[in-house]
Amino acid sequence: MSAKKRKAPTRGKAVERVTTGQIVIYAILTLGAIIMSLPIVYMISTAFKPVTELLLYPPRFLVRVPTTKNFSDLALAMSSTDTPFIRYIFNSAFVSTIVVCGTIILATLAAYPLAKHKFPGKEFIFNLIVSALMISGHVTMIPRYLVIRNTGWIDTYYALIIPALAGSYGLFLMKQFIEPIPNEMLESAKMDGASEWKIFTHIILPLCKPAWATLSIFTFIGTWNDFFTPLIMTKSDSMKTLPLAMRTISDGTTIARMGAAAAGSFLTTIPVILVFIFFQRYVVETMTYSGMKG
Amino acid sequence: MATTSVTPNATPEVQASHSKPRSTWERMKEYRWSYLFIAPYMLIFTVFTVIPVIWAMFLSLTYYNMIQPPVWVRFENYIRLFADDQLFYLAVKNTFYFSIVTGPLGYCLSLILAWLINEVKYRKLYTLIYYIPSITSGVAMAVIWMYLYNGSKYGLLNYLLLKWGIIEEPVLWLKNVKTTLPAIMVTSIWMSMGTSFLVFIAALQGVPHELYEAALIDGATRWQEFWHITLPMIRPALLFGAVMTVVSSFQVFDLTMVMAGFPSTLYCAHTIVGHLYDYAFLRFEMGYASAIAIVLFLMTYIISSVLRRVLSSKDL
Repeated sequence: MSAKKRKAPTRGKAVERVTTGQIVIYAILTLGAIIMSLPIVYMISTAFKPVTELLLYPPRFLVRVPTTKNFSDLALAMSSTDTPFIRYIFNSAFVSTIVVCGTIILATLAAYPLAKHKFPGKEFIFNLIVSALMISGHVTMIPRYLVIRNTGWIDTYYALIIPALAGSYGLFLMKQFIEPIPNEMLESAKMDGASEWKIFTHIILPLCKPAWATLSIFTFIGTWNDFFTPLIMTKSDSMKTLPLAMRTISDGTTIARMGAAAAGSFLTTIPVILVFIFFQRYVVETMTYSGMKG
Repeated sequence: MATTSVTPNATPEVQASHSKPRSTWERMKEYRWSYLFIAPYMLIFTVFTVIPVIWAMFLSLTYYNMIQPPVWVRFENYIRLFADDQLFYLAVKNTFYFSIVTGPLGYCLSLILAWLINEVKYRKLYTLIYYIPSITSGVAMAVIWMYLYNGSKYGLLNYLLLKWGIIEEPVLWLKNVKTTLPAIMVTSIWMSMGTSFLVFIAALQGVPHELYEAALIDGATRWQEFWHITLPMIRPALLFGAVMTVVSSFQVFDLTMVMAGFPSTLYCAHTIVGHLYDYAFLRFEMGYASAIAIVLFLMTYIISSVLRRVLSSKDL
């Protein structure tokens, strides 16, 4: 059959069915996409609305005369707590960046032997990590809090960073990614007298780079958006991250103050969206590996 | 003991099937590099995940208020939880209600949308638009949704429903006991096209094209194709998605805490994690809160195991 090579499954015979089918699919997808993006559009629009438009009746969806006053208001509104909003942005960015770097290092190091070596206890360790995938973080949160309290790390960056470094999803992803690297490659290196460390740095690491993009994004998003960990691990206002600050803002928000709150949401969500758009092309490719091929 | 015929090379065999039995200690020495590589991760993993799980089990059998040392009370916490704590039952009911609606709905939507997206061009654009809500901060977006749900006539939802004559007067969406949880569910479903959605898309792209061509020649309908080729081929992804969905929907707390307040009106949006948070970090009854954590853990574990049984026999 001379079926044309296409990525999506095609039906060569019934041309008409294909086109009507395709049109329906496009219609559904586009309608859905519009509905999905409405809250985001509304957030952006509200963040730039002047007070007069916020108090308008009937309420308007889109902004007419955009202003950046909400962003300067936000800085003012938070100043009552002596912590400028920029501090929350810094906290979130700092913690997320360190967690991303640390996770990449630890997960890659640990994934290599799990994928390629047959050391005693490997099965046990791997099963332990996979089980942890299914444990919600809240189960370990109480003892984790007690551990951190004993180390005196409560209300420090350590409390937000160190426990986050050993996430099981990152290790799992890296292991799945390293597994398909041909063994012959590693064996021939070994024949040439390469040490394990050399094999790791010269063969494994260069091949891992695409997976790091995915790992970085997911770790970054997860840490940036994490609400529960900073909720219980931080006390002072200056240690709060963006999601916690947003909760404070959301408490008793009146319509008039909504502009500043939306500006806060804007600053909390837009960086993550931009990071994702920037790295998107790597992600779907690597996702195949986390899909646990049988 | 086993006959030891030690291979001269001291470095580990890379995935080579080793049939010669040697003592474990010798093999461990041989693989010392492996342990070194894995040590930093395992150290943190053990201290902050493994030990806490065991410790939580222990604490759940004690009375511990963080001032006095834990007092051994055996199963008293569990008895109190199941026999006396009406609020816990409400939290379980709300969490199940929430999970049963948002879990399957979000999962099916992810699968259907991934399947549709795989059929068209501009795949990346569509993926991006559907995926973005799931990577936004739940708390930050909850603020926006609260504005949409605003209880006065200024709320956009109320305004539209009033205008269309569906409601007579503004509804206090996030204060009314009947509407609070459904309103939060809508937000949650809006955010649910996440990791499983991406995994589905990746898996769908991995299905060999020849299979579809063969099905086409055999005259299979699109539905048959979906049921007999697509679904079996992406089964590992389906399993992964199901487990992720269950675990995350049982953890619901951020959205309810921010949108409905804490505590919510008549506890109408009280969840298991909310109950845990209340006892652990507001009342500092660590033993009792640990019992809640263990019950939550068992629930997710049992449901995940059942799903694994149903969807797969070997993967994950």
